[in-house]
Amino acid sequence: MTIKAIAGLNIEVTEEGYLKDASAWNKDIATAIAKEEGLELTEKHFEVLEFIRNKVANGETLTIRGIGKSGVVDAKTFYQLFPGAPLKKATKIAGVAKPVSCM
Amino acid sequence: MENEKKYPLKKVLMICSKGNLEDVMAALVMANGAVMEGIETKVFFTFFGLDAITKKTMNKLHTATVGNPAMRMPGGLPFPTLLGGLPGVEAGVTKMMKKGMDKLDIPPVDEFLELIEAGGGEIYACKLAADMFNLKKEDFHETVKAIITVGDLYAMCDGLGTQIVFT
Repeated sequence: MTIKAIAGLNIEVTEEGYLKDASAWNKDIATAIAKEEGLELTEKHFEVLEFIRNKVANGETLTIRGIGKSGVVDAKTFYQLFPGAPLKKATKIAGVAKPVSCM
Repeated sequence: MENEKKYPLKKVLMICSKGNLEDVMAALVMANGAVMEGIETKVFFTFFGLDAITKKTMNKLHTATVGNPAMRMPGGLPFPTLLGGLPGVEAGVTKMMKKGMDKLDIPPVDEFLELIEAGGGEIYACKLAADMFNLKKEDFHETVKAIITVGDLYAMCDGLGTQIVFT
């Protein structure tokens, strides 16, 4: 168990820095994690994060294809918003578990 | 061992030389997976693999039902090769495969290529094979960046952390 101080709160995270409890998340935490990843969050980022959190809360599998078809962003914009490894980065910032999907 | 320095994969070149559904999908899943991890990705289609990027054939790829010892009946019984040769069997099996892939959110070939391109991956066709099959740039899907030679391909392999995967 790792406790990490994020945005002034002590949050339980995994070894890779993913939040253990999605309900502990708030926008300040997202901003702080994003900063560590070198990202400045915009309204659009938060829209995507919201979509991801809802998907995960409903127990659905996250895929880049699914996010690209969500109507929130297309796949290309998703890659631009979270450059590098978008699914991993976005889930970390959204405070949900690391995705296990290959797609 | 703990202090051993690691050299993460930075660039991957996938070579897809076969045109049956499962081999093409294997290459595309691997390529897309690399793109998702932020690894620079290039996919090179050659020989029968060109079917996967040719507009006319790309969404009509089939699973081989003959000469495939890993084929099973839906219940798990072995699939006789003779049965695989009957008319319509290959189409039926392919349909089942596609249904299974759709369930897992695996897109059809054209959409898969677009997904790889959206993430910054690049798609290439092999010059020699294109010449052999009389295919021109306009016969290929719009995600195909160029028709290149083997030499061009190797020239893309510069830099540490580059791997070539042949399927």
